[in-house]
Amino acid sequence: MTALPPFQTVLDEHSAAVMGILRGAVGKDGAEDCFQETFLAALRAYPKLSNASNLRGWLLTIAHRKAIDHHRAKGRNPIPMADVPEDAVEDGIAVPDERLWAAVGALPPKQQAAVALRYGSDLPHAEIGAALGCSPEAARRNLHEGLKRLRKELA
Amino acid sequence: MKTAIDNTVDRFKARAAEEGLLDVAYATADSPFGPLLLARTRRGLVRVGLPNQDSEELLTDLADRVSPRMLEAPAELDEVRRELDLYFEGKLDHFDLPLDWRLSGGFRRRVLREINRIPYGQTRSYTEMARKAGNERAVRAAGSACGSNPIPLVVPCHRVLRTGGALGGYGGGLPMKEALLELEGVLDGKPST
Repeated sequence: MTALPPFQTVLDEHSAAVMGILRGAVGKDGAEDCFQETFLAALRAYPKLSNASNLRGWLLTIAHRKAIDHHRAKGRNPIPMADVPEDAVEDGIAVPDERLWAAVGALPPKQQAAVALRYGSDLPHAEIGAALGCSPEAARRNLHEGLKRLRKELA
Repeated sequence: MKTAIDNTVDRFKARAAEEGLLDVAYATADSPFGPLLLARTRRGLVRVGLPNQDSEELLTDLADRVSPRMLEAPAELDEVRRELDLYFEGKLDHFDLPLDWRLSGGFRRRVLREINRIPYGQTRSYTEMARKAGNERAVRAAGSACGSNPIPLVVPCHRVLRTGGALGGYGGGLPMKEALLELEGVLDGKPST
């Protein structure tokens, strides 16, 4: 068993990635709340985590669930587009085109997460699979289906 | 300069503390000897790392022995920092801080509690400490209890000397021990009891 590092280390190393995928999955406004929920849930569960070898995958899985909860709570409404952010880049994270991410937010959960993890967080298929609890092949498929739908949606 | 994500992270830390999820808060503090690492639990100050000690290693050890729910949270250590500052300025001769003794057990803890009673500006011998802790012959063990003191400075192991007045040892290095005793007015040049 790998010893658990101080939670501060987890926060330092992964907060930007978690924020990145959350902005992708729920938009900038929802991301703040989801970020808090994600890290509070992670901190709560942390001492009992049995395997510290893939903390990033673990966090992204939690973030993904929080993003889904967020969409459920909002009744799957697309993200309002009235206040499009003017800043393109903020602390190194590209804020994506709102219309695109609103469409991502309307995808079925697995496809949505695959797209967000791939393009919001630049994860390889194997890590997306790990975060979603499926094989790299299934992750690739979800990504593919998600992208196909997006192209149709945004065409 | 703070970025947007720093503010988000700060809000998370505040909520973690509010919800009782912060088991160990830590921060660094300046001292005349270099940076100190301070760590506290809900019970009190649990660890002080001296400038020559590896803080990375110390934090890993705390995560392992106390709880990995650890966050850098300077505000939680404001009072400790304030009292230490006054102490280094020679304006404080008694720390009034809750302590968490959990990192020491048995005889070691008894020795450290006795050390904690040595008044400012006075010294004791390792032998006296062993006797007060209940075993006069355990001088070596008393010495190693001093050496293992998780809360140096506040629990003043620098006030324990060899019988006869030789300095003995110090986790922060002998020059630091000497300087602390000078600050407290115990040493004027030559070590003696």
